[in-house]
Amino acid sequence: MTAALAHPRPAEADAPLSTRPEHSADSPLSIHALTVAYHRKPVVWDVDYDAPVGSLVAIVGPNGAGKSTVIKACLGLVPRAAGRVEFWGQPYRRVRRRVGYVPQRESVDWDFPVSALDVVAMGRYGRIGWVRPVTRAHRVAALECLERVGMRQYANRQISMLSGGQQQRVFLARALAQEADLYFMDEPFAGVDAATERAIVEVLRDLKSQGCTVIVVHHDLQTVPEYFDEALLLNMRVVAHGPVAEVFTRENLVKTYGGRLTALSEAADALAHADRRAS
Amino acid sequence: MSEGLYTFVSLDLPALLALVFASVACGLMGNFLVLRRLSLMGDAIAHAVLPGIVLAFLVMMALGRPDQARHPLVMTLGAAASGVVTVLLVETIRRLGRVETGAAMGVAFSIMFALGVLMLEQAAAHQTDLDAECVLYGQLETIFWFPPRQTADLLTFGALSQAPRQVWTLALAAGGVILLVTLFYKELRIAAFDPALATTLGFSARLLHYAQMTVVAVAAVAAFEAVGSILVIALIICPAACARLLTDRLLSQLLVSVAVAVGASVAGYTLGAHAPLWLGAEHSLNAAGSVAVTLGAALTLAIIAAPRHGVVARRLRLFRLAVEVAREDALGLLHRAEEQGLGGLPRVALLATLDAGLAGRLGLRGAVRRGLVSIRNGECRLTDAGRDAARSLVRRHRLWETYLVEHGARPDHVHGPAERLEHARGAGDRAIEPTIDADHDPHGRPIPR
Repeated sequence: MTAALAHPRPAEADAPLSTRPEHSADSPLSIHALTVAYHRKPVVWDVDYDAPVGSLVAIVGPNGAGKSTVIKACLGLVPRAAGRVEFWGQPYRRVRRRVGYVPQRESVDWDFPVSALDVVAMGRYGRIGWVRPVTRAHRVAALECLERVGMRQYANRQISMLSGGQQQRVFLARALAQEADLYFMDEPFAGVDAATERAIVEVLRDLKSQGCTVIVVHHDLQTVPEYFDEALLLNMRVVAHGPVAEVFTRENLVKTYGGRLTALSEAADALAHADRRAS
Repeated sequence: MSEGLYTFVSLDLPALLALVFASVACGLMGNFLVLRRLSLMGDAIAHAVLPGIVLAFLVMMALGRPDQARHPLVMTLGAAASGVVTVLLVETIRRLGRVETGAAMGVAFSIMFALGVLMLEQAAAHQTDLDAECVLYGQLETIFWFPPRQTADLLTFGALSQAPRQVWTLALAAGGVILLVTLFYKELRIAAFDPALATTLGFSARLLHYAQMTVVAVAAVAAFEAVGSILVIALIICPAACARLLTDRLLSQLLVSVAVAVGASVAGYTLGAHAPLWLGAEHSLNAAGSVAVTLGAALTLAIIAAPRHGVVARRLRLFRLAVEVAREDALGLLHRAEEQGLGGLPRVALLATLDAGLAGRLGLRGAVRRGLVSIRNGECRLTDAGRDAARSLVRRHRLWETYLVEHGARPDHVHGPAERLEHARGAGDRAIEPTIDADHDPHGRPIPR
């Protein structure tokens, strides 16, 4: 009893994050005080973020800033050292089906003996559940997702026979097959051709128009203002977050990227670009 | 039943059945290890079940139940436990020792196996037939069945219940593995291909990993007593590696791996048992050993002769490409000769300039067969069709040179790259041409239209 008095538990500790004033109630994703450590060395510090409904969010920051780690911690793929993550006010395991994920392309073995359609059908597995087989209806749905990224004619091709951009589109189609409301995408634009980049952007806008929220780890500062509504500038800690027009400033970018010259000149380009769009 | 048939049923059949069931159980599970680049884990587990078995044996002896000490269930539990311990040990060594997984597996299984051998010496004090030799080579030769002489009585309950325990254990293991792989096919596939996505979808990759390793341990221990650890390892890795080279889909890979495992087992056993006698030797060979060697031979054959991924197929593809390139180059050389006012080139000179050996000769022959080049009195000339093809090739060459110079390359450095780029093919096997507008290449030569 005395111990409890000495360390009173705040009443709201177990209440959903969405009931707190600093987090919005209908946010698809609320991150509160998230800290992640590898080998006891913190890589992400005290991240707070609320994603607005129906927006395209870019997570931007230099290499090693912990961009992918934030996503993986949200999805429970790496353990959290501290903090909480909620989706529509609920823990992840309750809402798995409503959350889609596109891992980095290099994270899998593209020599694996499966066809493009097999991979896209994997997006349906969560709906299908344990033990039950992939039915015809699910394969048809997977085929439609391949169609949406312009890959239908490659459905039966083994994935190692696809180009890098085509592989990325297969991954995107797989996420579409999840029919989620919130998507995490880890560097979907990395090393893709122009046609794939256009296809991805089209899908992103499509998802937004359906009211989905998409959170994208993005490395190309120049295209942030053009493709995204919101930005989360990250360098182990959150430097800034909010609408791109507000947070994508020279000052914030300098803070995010430190004194790295190449990144800064890229940032200057991006700023100039954003200014042109604004004027 | 004739005497010969009876000998087969009582001596060869039990060993063959044990081999076939072991092939199915180990061979199927091996696919997932090979695909996840964890082949060595099969090796580790096959060695690591030894201390588990011996420990289970010693515990039963200590409990005063020597009659139960070699009960399959007891051995399976002991082996499964030590299999899981090995997997945990590998994790721990990798994390704390900061070494790669391969090194961690190597360390873990040699320690576990050595521990098993030490414990085996302890067990030997109890005068048991567990010994290091049978651990390595198995005891296929000692499995007998003495069924009734009447063929009609063979499949009765009484006769089958007299069948050797090892065969029953392995049949159960094989059936269990087939059932599990069928039921969890989808889960095994996604966890092997993309463990991160599998986990986010609710199919915990970690859980599936440990479940798989337990099944591998159970399959290994079931097979271990009959066929020995060397063959267990060969059965886990070789059939899957063969099938990997022969197929491009998981389902066909699984089926082919089982076919390879069963085929190699039957062939290896037959060769080991009979080939030495045909050759006039006194004794037949150790069955497990000859099956393992047959598996190795099958894998060698697959590496050399697999239709798409084999060494021969790859060489052949490269050679065909070289012939195609030589054919195009021959046209290019004849076109340039025409530009310099020569009507044609002597065949010998053309081949020497192509400098592509057999591929050059075949390429030129292909050009003649397609009606692109005619040869009269040892002199090669372009036909009209050949001139069109040559013009478009030379055009591509000079466009590429122009393109490269426009993008900052020095004019004297672009011939080599252009020589390769002119042969490049894009979608639909159409030649690729840079989209630039130029009349002359960087060396001042005209670009044909």
